[in-house]
Order: sequence, then structure tokens, then C-alpha cells
Amino acid sequence: MDIIIANSSTILVLACAFGFLMAWGIGANDVANAMGTSVGSRALTVKRAILIAIFFEAAGAYLAGGSVTETIRSGILENSVLEQSPDLLVFGMMASLLAAGVWLAIASAFGWPVSTTHSIVGAIVGFATVGIGFEVVQWGKMSGIVASWIISPLFSGVVAFLLFRSVQKLILSQPNPFQRAQRIVPVYMFLTGFMVAMMTFTKGLKHLGLNLSTGGSLGASVLAGLMIAGIGALLLRRIEAPAPTGQRSRFAGVEKIFAILMIFTACAMAFAHGSNDVANAVGPLAAIYGVLASGEGIGANTAVPNWILLLGATGIVVGLATLGVKVMRTIGTRITELTPSRGFAAELGAASTVVIASGIGLPISTTHALVGAVLGVGMARGISALNLSVISTIFTSWIVTLPAGAGLSILFFYIITAAFGV
Amino acid sequence: MSLGSSIAGLFGRSPIKPLQKHYDIVQQCVAKLSDFFQAAIDNDWDQGAQLQAEIAKLENLADTLKKQFRLNLPNSLFLPMPRTDLLELISTQDRVANKAKDIAGLMLGRRMTLPPELADLMNAYVARAIDTSAQALKAINELDELLETGFGNPEIRMMEELIEVLDDIERETDRQQVQIRAVLFRLERELPPVDVMFLYKIIDWVGELADRAQKVGGQLHRIVAS
Repeated sequence: MDIIIANSSTILVLACAFGFLMAWGIGANDVANAMGTSVGSRALTVKRAILIAIFFEAAGAYLAGGSVTETIRSGILENSVLEQSPDLLVFGMMASLLAAGVWLAIASAFGWPVSTTHSIVGAIVGFATVGIGFEVVQWGKMSGIVASWIISPLFSGVVAFLLFRSVQKLILSQPNPFQRAQRIVPVYMFLTGFMVAMMTFTKGLKHLGLNLSTGGSLGASVLAGLMIAGIGALLLRRIEAPAPTGQRSRFAGVEKIFAILMIFTACAMAFAHGSNDVANAVGPLAAIYGVLASGEGIGANTAVPNWILLLGATGIVVGLATLGVKVMRTIGTRITELTPSRGFAAELGAASTVVIASGIGLPISTTHALVGAVLGVGMARGISALNLSVISTIFTSWIVTLPAGAGLSILFFYIITAAFGV
Repeated sequence: MSLGSSIAGLFGRSPIKPLQKHYDIVQQCVAKLSDFFQAAIDNDWDQGAQLQAEIAKLENLADTLKKQFRLNLPNSLFLPMPRTDLLELISTQDRVANKAKDIAGLMLGRRMTLPPELADLMNAYVARAIDTSAQALKAINELDELLETGFGNPEIRMMEELIEVLDDIERETDRQQVQIRAVLFRLERELPPVDVMFLYKIIDWVGELADRAQKVGGQLHRIVAS
């Protein structure tokens, strides 16, 4: 403990730097996946997608990122670690951040789809088992987290499947799809707004000192949803009904309506991603800060300080603006097969899954939820061709990420402890 | 840094566009028969040879597209319609062009001219066979709309209507064939016997071309109904 107190400012600066690196990596890679669908289906230009991402990622991280941050910070390891060896926890969390950041960089360089969530969780478990002891990991909670990685793509797949089926039934298969779309799309907008608002009011506003009762949250969310639907309906009015010259233009008009809807789901997606994935960078940082601030480890009730959430949000935004733009552009040009009516179902399916997971405080992978959602739309016969061989690639990289994150974090753990002369 | 992107890799290329492109070439190939028959009637074999070369070239191009299509349709693709049906469809499409090439090849090889009494009937018959194929193209071009609606009922009905029209046109060519055979039967005694034999063969083949175009419709119907 003495070492930490003696070097506290050095440690904090280093930890912030590592945390920022990790957040930057998330912004550079992950966000492009989350937003690429909107760009690919031409609902948003790259520039607009970036602007939406910057605003809503930051909002999601700041307003709703608390629960997942808590889980990463103190849900994976036993509290006893802190009482016995807070210094090891601090160095371990620093090592984890660095390991996850480096692993992300390596994976991106090779073009492997890895999950930021998996790499950070793997890293924390890695340093803890080797550096401290097998028993300090809360294996019961871990199994829940691991299970959620499998359940989340399944769940978002089912939601996206049902959403697209409803679009088929209510709009596309009707004799007058354009008019139907104008009537029904605001309902989807309501759903999107309601979900994000519900999440924010129930989970997010605690650390801003705003506590609403469940009934109050529900009411506020319904209002928010109605407001979003209202704004959406106004936007929809501006779309001209296509001249009735055969089938082709009929569906072009429908897709235009869905493109407007996709602006909303893209916002939800960015918000959801911010609320879940920023925690990957911010959680370990919060743990380190907790030890330094209290001098005795994580008090179970200390909330995550706002400036740490902001640092994470800023890191993501910088990563997005520097490198994410390029990645997003590339992804966008490669998934043009996704029309707005499909992209909406995939995005809303993935976003709801991530939002619900964030609410429960589960760190899941946004990318995997999105992959699951796209497969769900495919199952509903909505996509002309899906490359299933990629699934095995994803699965492999997902399996590899855990030991890789763990291995790197063990390595860095020893380097850092040696450097500080523990 | 390259792409760590699983999402982009997830999307395969749509099989619909290549199918449409393929039949577009097939149709161009088939459509040349109209001028080719006119050249045969006019006994203008310079023109005939040139048209036959164009037909052969288009048929080759269609073959190449067919092979490409098969290579780009691996088992690992998840498609909204059965992969086997799509592979069957492209073969069916390709056979239409093959028939056009056979017809032009045989007629050029034998420098076959048509008796003047048959000229108008034959022209109309070939034109209708080409129409059959054009109707098949129309139906194939509807495939992406079918996918757009997620195989919605109105779209399926529309497709079925197109295929019904296709069947009607094909039946019309059958009737024309009977008529032409009757005329030829009256003329056959005054013509060289071997020429007559081959004329019957060409009449058959034109009918077969329309028949193959109709089979494309049948294959499409299977896909739509799946």
C-alpha cells in the first residue's frame, strides 16, 4: 500500500493514459461496427454517423454507463482482494487496461473481429488468477457474464427476427406499403425512444442525483417515446409519396421512410454501445481511483466518479474521430446489401439487447449482439446472402481473445510490479 | 490498422444480380435469332455468318457467367432461398442460350434457306419464341423485388402472374409450330428430302427454345413457392 501512496499521482496518470488508450481502441474499432449498418444502408452519411456517434456514445457512457462499470470494477473479483492486497489490484487493473488496449491494436492490425468486452474481462481474470490467486475471481458471476455472451446474440437475433417479420406482415406485404409505412413507422420510433429513455431513467440518472420512482420512470419514458415518435412523424411527412409507376418506386419510397427510422435506431445503437462498452475502459480505471482515493479499496457503495466516465467517453470520441471514420467508411461500403428496412430491425434488435444488458450490469459484446441481429433478419428471409463461414471466424477469435487478453495482462502485470519494485 | 470487422464480413454478395445479369446476356443472344432468320430468308450468308458469330460469342459469355455464379455460391452462404434451386435455375437459364446457338450453328453450317411460303410464318414463330424468353427475363428481374418484400404475398402473386403470361406465350408457339408443320407437310414433296428433314429439326428446336424459356419460369415458381 505504501508504494501506491508514494506513487499515487504517477499511478493515476499512467492508469488514465492506459484507460484512454483502451477507450481510443474501442472508439476506433467497435463504434464502426455499431454504426456501420446505418452507413451501409445509406440511411446516414459517414459524417452524420460520426456526429451521432460522438453525441450519443458520450451520452450513453455518461448517463447509463454506471452499472456495467460497477461490474467490471468490482463484480468480477472478490472484495477480499482489496482488504488483503489493494496494491496488487491497482497494478493488475493497470496491466489489464494495457493488455486489452494492446490486444485490440494487434487484432485490428490483423483484421480479427474481437470483442473489447471479452478482452478486458479475460485480462482481469488473467492477472487475478495468476498474480493473486485462483480463489479471488468470483467464478459464479463470471459464468453469468460468459453465458450472457452466448445469450446476447441469440436474444438480439430473436428480437430482430420478430421485428423484421412484423415489418413484412404490416408493411411490405400490404397492397399500399408506402401509406402503411407512414402510419406504422412512428410506432417503431416510439419503441426505440421508450427503450432508451427507460434505461436512462431507471439506471443512469442516479449518479446525477436524480432519483425517479419506477412509476415516474415509466411515465417519463412513455412521454419521451411519444415525443420521439412525434418528431419522427413530422420528419416522415416531408417524404413525398412516390408516383404510382409500378412496383419499383413503390418500395423505394418505403425504404426512404425506413431510412428516417434508422436515424433514430442509429442514435439508440450509439447510446447502447456507449452505455455498455465505455465501461470496459472505465471500469478498471474506476477501481484504481477507488483504491487511491479511499486508501483502503473499493467501498461497495462509492459511485463511479463522473470525470472518469467523461474520460472514457472522450477517449471513445477521439478514437472515433481519428481512426473510426476510416473504418466506418470501409465497413459502410461493404454492407450495402442491408436496406433500411432490414438495417432498422438489426439495429433495434441489437440496441435493445445491449440496453437491457447494461441495465442489468452485464458486460456484453455489442458486435456480437449485432451479428446475432443480422442473422435474425437473415432467418426471416430478409438478406440476400450471409457468409456463415465468418461465424466460425468470429467464434474462434472470441475463444482466442480470452486467453490472449489473460496472457498479455499477466505479462504486463509482472512488468508493472517489477517497475514499481513490489 | 486494417478492419477488425466481423459485421462487414458477414454479408455475402447477393446471388440475385448475377442471375439477372446472366439472363440478360442469354436474352441478347436469343434476340439475335430474329435478324439471323431474316438473313437466312434473304439468303445473305455474310450477314448470317456474322450474326452466328455474335450469337456464339454471347453464348460463351453466358457460360462464363454461369461458371462464375457457381463458384460464388459456396455452401457456407446462408440464402433466403435454397441454394440447389438457384444452381438449378442458372443451368436452366443457360440452356436457353445453348439452344439459340445450336439453331444458328446448324442453319449456317447447312446454309439453310426457307421456302418463301414459310418465311412469314417462320418469322412470326421465331419472334414469339424470343418473346417467351423476354417474358422469362421479366420474371427474373422481379426476383429482387420479391426479396425486398421478404417474399410477401402480393409480390408472389405478381411473380405468378408473370409466369402465367410466360406459359401463355409458350402455348402460342406450340400452336404456331403445328401450323408451320402443316404448311411444310404440303410443300415437302417438291423440296430436297434432306433439307426438309433439317427444316423439321429447326422447327422443333425453335419450339424447344420457347420450351426451355418456359422451364426457367417453372424453376422460378419453385423458388417463389419455397
